[in-house]
Amino acid sequence: MKVFWAFIKKEFFHILRDRRTLFILIGMPIVQILIFGYAVTNEFKGANIAVYDQAQDESSLDFIHQLQASGHFQLVQNLQSPGEIEAAFQSAAIKMAVVIPANFGQHLYPGQSTQLQLLTDGTDPNTAVTLTQYAGLIIQQFQHQGRAERQAPPILVENKMVYNPALKSVYLFVPGVMALILMLVSAMMTSLTIAREKELGTMELLLVSPLPPFLIIAGKVIPYIILSLLNALLILGVGVYVFGVPLIGSFWLLIGVCMLFIVLALALGILISTKAETQQAAMLVSLMGLMMPTILLSGFLFPIESMPLLLQWISKIIPAKYFILLLKDIMLKGSGWYYIWTESLVLFGMAFFLLMASWKNFKIRLT
Amino acid sequence: MRTVLILVKKELLQIFRNKSMLPLLTVIPIVQLILLSYAASNEVTALNLAVLDEDQSTSSHRLTHKFTASDLFILKATPTSNEEAMALIEMDKVDLVIRIPSQFETGFLKREKTSIQLLANAINGAKGGLASGYASAVIQDFGKNLSLESLASPQQESMRQGGIEMTYSNWYNPSLDYKVFMVPGILGVLVIILTLILSAMNIVREREIGTIEQLNVSPIKKYQFILGKLLPFLLIGLGLLAVGLLAGKLIFNTPMVGNLGLVFLFCTVDLIVVLGLGLLISTFADTQQQAMFIAWFFMMIFILMSGLFTPIESMPEWAQWLTYPNPIAHFVSVMRLVLLKGSDLADVGQHFWTVGLLAIAFSSLAVVSYRKTA
Repeated sequence: MKVFWAFIKKEFFHILRDRRTLFILIGMPIVQILIFGYAVTNEFKGANIAVYDQAQDESSLDFIHQLQASGHFQLVQNLQSPGEIEAAFQSAAIKMAVVIPANFGQHLYPGQSTQLQLLTDGTDPNTAVTLTQYAGLIIQQFQHQGRAERQAPPILVENKMVYNPALKSVYLFVPGVMALILMLVSAMMTSLTIAREKELGTMELLLVSPLPPFLIIAGKVIPYIILSLLNALLILGVGVYVFGVPLIGSFWLLIGVCMLFIVLALALGILISTKAETQQAAMLVSLMGLMMPTILLSGFLFPIESMPLLLQWISKIIPAKYFILLLKDIMLKGSGWYYIWTESLVLFGMAFFLLMASWKNFKIRLT
Repeated sequence: MRTVLILVKKELLQIFRNKSMLPLLTVIPIVQLILLSYAASNEVTALNLAVLDEDQSTSSHRLTHKFTASDLFILKATPTSNEEAMALIEMDKVDLVIRIPSQFETGFLKREKTSIQLLANAINGAKGGLASGYASAVIQDFGKNLSLESLASPQQESMRQGGIEMTYSNWYNPSLDYKVFMVPGILGVLVIILTLILSAMNIVREREIGTIEQLNVSPIKKYQFILGKLLPFLLIGLGLLAVGLLAGKLIFNTPMVGNLGLVFLFCTVDLIVVLGLGLLISTFADTQQQAMFIAWFFMMIFILMSGLFTPIESMPEWAQWLTYPNPIAHFVSVMRLVLLKGSDLADVGQHFWTVGLLAIAFSSLAVVSYRKTA
């Protein structure tokens, strides 16, 4: 046992000696969660628009005023000719142009109608859709003015945003960053450190030592388990205390799920290191095989439902997908065991399989 | 000049001697371009819906039908109690629950205020917002038609005719295809990232292997050395851009309205910034692993704040300022502006100025901090 402790200590020295990497391993989750929390957001905060007003009458001015008063649109340009629309789009000055026809005032008279044209910058589809929706709503309100009492009151729609009333994007990103960082620290770092020992030739020294191979691997991964848990707590702390992400469910259930995922990631790391001979190979495999899928296909940045079927199928074998689902269930919904056992079982099965695979592939002889 | 050319030749020979380099520079970026373009979509194509109909009247059935008739909503369940509805949301079976209260129809016909509840699963805030936005629009539309029918006296009939008809068209991307938006941006990011990693690892590798000593003692000037190290990667970066544009055209039929020369010109200036940064990283890193991690750290920040996935306009003011020194942010917007909208030099002039200044700043910093001594 004493030898084992000495071994763990040695591994800790390895990690602590490389200050720059350590700094990045601790700093990266914090910076990422801060960026996600503050800067990366899909929230619509208003857009610049231009108006080509051919009517220039009281009614059209009133309408333009209402567009601005909604807070969703900032009028930055009054266009004089239709040709100016294209130029305004090209210089990225506006996101939408509103073309008001000369007979705009006609809509006030019964039996008459007029056509209002919205031109959006379709290069960004989401913004384009949002802008048309908001503008449509304002146009509707504008029309209903002054005749509201003659009609039945419109149906009131009560919106309730379950689990995330303020629609904050950070709710989604905290679980995502956790999965990403745990993958990075547990899987990538483990595979790198074993590959490094192989590259430097020190692996041979370890293998001829009196420690059984199982303890060698255990000693290698225990420091990374601690580092991973530390990172998980750090991300959780920033999420909860800085951004007010709720933690409704059981804290210990959450830690348990994190441990399960860490073990799974470690098994992946060991499996990679049994195959990779050099650090560069280990790095490439981890980046392409682990990080990319975790970022893209785990449903963390992009909803899986909107992907093509092939990618949806691939996403079913990405462990991070299940981990993120579990985290969301526990943190945001406060789900208990009843709701999460399927995902937990999948993760458990994956972890078991990977551990067995790396156990089988681990060679105690060098070729 | 001859010395520099010889160095460039040596560098290119060395890079491409590695057999895995050519596929790494052609196949992998194209695979990534395809994968990313398909995966990176914030498009909401389908919303799972549950209707909790406590009214069970003709009107409530018609409203339900109006939802199922649209392509966007898929009716997954018709729960009978609030608890059942909440459980559906909790288990992620549905994205949205519409609760039609009893007395909905009678209330509406009596012209009292009626209300409908929408419960949206908002863990993905953007999706939740969009879901309830679409649903509200459907309900409002329904209410308008219903009220017109119930009040169909001649006088009101004429009133229905009057009004504003709204038409809209989405320029540059009429079908609102998300891939049109993403491909140019992703392409830009791939070019920048690969160039950054390759250049950051290069000098560190020479240091790790020990060959940097030989370069340091050779009779070449510092600027010649740095030019010799940067030019090959500049060429590789531009080559990548050419390959990527071709792939974008052939695979995705991405519109390329603008002047491609302008794109390459901007890419050159932008790559100088990136190469300066790569050189800086390699001056400060001792091992390839470190260089890799530092490069990755910066890339993560650059990409997330580049406006590739989420619009820069949505960021808070201070974060928008932080995008000025971000070479990826400029490249992503220039690619989109020029390729999709055909913006000219004057339109993207501001990006050119900023990146030009950055190029001067970074490359002089890199030159100053590089030491020919070990």
